[in-house]
Amino acid sequence: MFGLHYKLERKSIGLALAIIGIGSIGGLVEIAPLFTIDQTVEDAPGMRVYTPLELAGRNIYVREGCYACHSQMIRTLRDEVERYGPYSLAVESKYDHPMLWGSKRTGPDLARIGGKYSDQWHVAHFVNPREIVPPSVMPSYARLLRNPLRTDDLGRHLRAMRAVGVPYTDDMIANATADAIGQATPGGEAADGVSKRYGEATNVRVFDGLPGELTEMDALVAYLQIVGRLTDAAYKTAGK
Amino acid sequence: MVAQLTKSERQVALVILLALTIVGLIFAGAGKDDPIGVHGFLIMACAIAAIFAVISASAEPEPSPERLDTYYDDPSKIGIVLAMAWAAVGMLVGFWVALLLAFPDLTFDAGWASFGRLRPVHTSGVIFGFGGNALIATSFYVMQRTSRARLPDQLSPLFVLFGYNLFCLLAATGYLMGITQSKEYAEPEWYADIWLVIVWVTYLVLYLRTLARRQEPHIYVANWYYLAFVLVVAMLHIVNNLAVPVGLGSAKSYSLFSGVQDAMTQWWYGHNAVAFFLTAGFLGMMYYYLPKRAGRPLFSYRMSIISFWGITFLYMWAGSHHLHYTALPQWVQTLGMTFSVMLLVPSWSAAANALLTLNGAWHKVRDDATLRFMMVAAVFYGLTTFEGSFLAIRPVNALSHYTDWTVGHVHAGALGWVAMITFGAIYASVPWLWKRDAMYSARLVEVHFWFAVTGTIIYVISMWNSGIIQGLMWRTYTPEGTLAYSFVDSLIEMHPYYIARAIGGLFFLIGTLVGCYNIWMTVRGEALPAATEPAGDIPAPAIAARQPAE
Repeated sequence: MFGLHYKLERKSIGLALAIIGIGSIGGLVEIAPLFTIDQTVEDAPGMRVYTPLELAGRNIYVREGCYACHSQMIRTLRDEVERYGPYSLAVESKYDHPMLWGSKRTGPDLARIGGKYSDQWHVAHFVNPREIVPPSVMPSYARLLRNPLRTDDLGRHLRAMRAVGVPYTDDMIANATADAIGQATPGGEAADGVSKRYGEATNVRVFDGLPGELTEMDALVAYLQIVGRLTDAAYKTAGK
Repeated sequence: MVAQLTKSERQVALVILLALTIVGLIFAGAGKDDPIGVHGFLIMACAIAAIFAVISASAEPEPSPERLDTYYDDPSKIGIVLAMAWAAVGMLVGFWVALLLAFPDLTFDAGWASFGRLRPVHTSGVIFGFGGNALIATSFYVMQRTSRARLPDQLSPLFVLFGYNLFCLLAATGYLMGITQSKEYAEPEWYADIWLVIVWVTYLVLYLRTLARRQEPHIYVANWYYLAFVLVVAMLHIVNNLAVPVGLGSAKSYSLFSGVQDAMTQWWYGHNAVAFFLTAGFLGMMYYYLPKRAGRPLFSYRMSIISFWGITFLYMWAGSHHLHYTALPQWVQTLGMTFSVMLLVPSWSAAANALLTLNGAWHKVRDDATLRFMMVAAVFYGLTTFEGSFLAIRPVNALSHYTDWTVGHVHAGALGWVAMITFGAIYASVPWLWKRDAMYSARLVEVHFWFAVTGTIIYVISMWNSGIIQGLMWRTYTPEGTLAYSFVDSLIEMHPYYIARAIGGLFFLIGTLVGCYNIWMTVRGEALPAATEPAGDIPAPAIAARQPAE
């Protein structure tokens, strides 16, 4: 073996090819089957996609680096299930490009945050976390309430998401901007469009407490309220 | 610097910079209401500044053919200065974000100032800014000496170095504006990623060209590691960053993979960024500088073969230990755990090889802080790889994952191993590169050493404590069978350790600033007269050419 190496280390291209060959095996064995083995991701008929407003909120979550302190992955451990809720299934992040499973819990896990608190709680907490949770070390995000949400390019965002495999329809892409506004403007014609395209169960309301203004806070709260609720597959598994 | 380029190289440089200016202009125009527009202007500004630098030196004569009789060290010198600058910035931001976790009200009311945006500035600043520049600088130095051949041209090393720093600059400024893919240690967006691929391929070609010119039949072990670092990082970077951009005028892209496949790809990348950026590259550094500084031959050739191929093969399986008990299929988790435990063999054989090389030179370790930096680095490398294998065991990971224990583990590696071996290599290289007798002050190297060791120990111990406390509190039950502590209870317990961690970081930062001062004073000092320069530090053909004259 060492004699063979004695020859190999005299050939730079041979050495380079050997490194690529030996180094590729692990990834090929572990990653490639995840795309081909059917049981890897559970079936969840009826799972819906993110609305344009929720997607915009998700992008704010990414932009602000929330994932650095909050995971979205409840492990199959008793204390985690009792603390946060049913453990996370692979299918729940099927439309998450990229996934936001996280690696650190400086703050609590958020995989089941959707519907846990009211919109008002979230807004107040974002404006001043320590007013709601005194020992919190989270920064204030009051500025999200001041920032108007950019909606004119959401159609292009949906199209890019479709390119990577999320089933957005032409109708959804064409109405992305209107739907983003509609989801935070209840009662109007635009709001009906959101329910028609994304389902009757979609949250349509003023998320940030400021009617008539579409802010980044609307989007982020709309996103948090849907985290873990695109499908109820995890609750069905837990009930079995 | 520009004077070192031949006329034709200056012309090529101008063409490249002009193309870069146009790319910047396109981004600035297409992204006028998107953060990518700011980056367009930044790219343009950098390119135009460089164009001025090239043009203003155009009157300078071409470098003489005699340059070919010496090694080309300008890129290594610039790389070391840039590495120390990034170290100062990256560690300062690290200290600041550590303070923010202890005193969150220090956050300014501006987007860029929050923890979530500053944290990647710290991680990328130290890993890619400090570590990457140190790797590029030392690899140029080492590949020339161990091949006894000069770099094949003057332009491509500078392109690699400055191109890489443009990538780092786009990354760091991007995070402040909220441009991120959210993939840890792979946060920069699509256009910066494409740029890095161009730079990296140039780096690989440069490496292979230099090896092709070598005057030694064998490729020295340091080069195996540097080569693995360049090759595998390219592989990881390309696969993990596959994404579809929203448009030319938008910084945002959507990852090609989602959910579980995305998580596995990300941690295959993430763990092997540790393996091939933070381990292989720095082992290359260690295998050259430690024996050189100790004046001892490498302890075992066979051990270095075992550890090299062990690391190259086994590490690539280990990424899934970041996803224990998650929605990742169990069989992948088990593979990741198994290979992580096996990794201890090549890791410890590399650490042992380094420490056994010091046999016969331990008195130098006692007297010479530069060599001691390298020795302590090898010890921390051994400790951290043991801890890593341990934390990868599933039940242990149940406790440690998501807690500060991971942060402590990472810093034992990053401060104790990566930074220490780098400081050792830099303190060894600076006098050699600038032709000085020694560093400006040996005592300041000693001061830096003790600040660095103290800071690392304070940091790691405080994070071990906080991490284990966190993990235990989260899983503690009352006798009635309910969870004993709320999440906030555990957060309150973290406060003293977060302060202690910031103090540890401050110690480390002070050491680094002392190092910056010492290097600066060394560079400003007197050069040795040419006659007393170490003989033989020139390419082999030049030695052959000089022979008859003697």
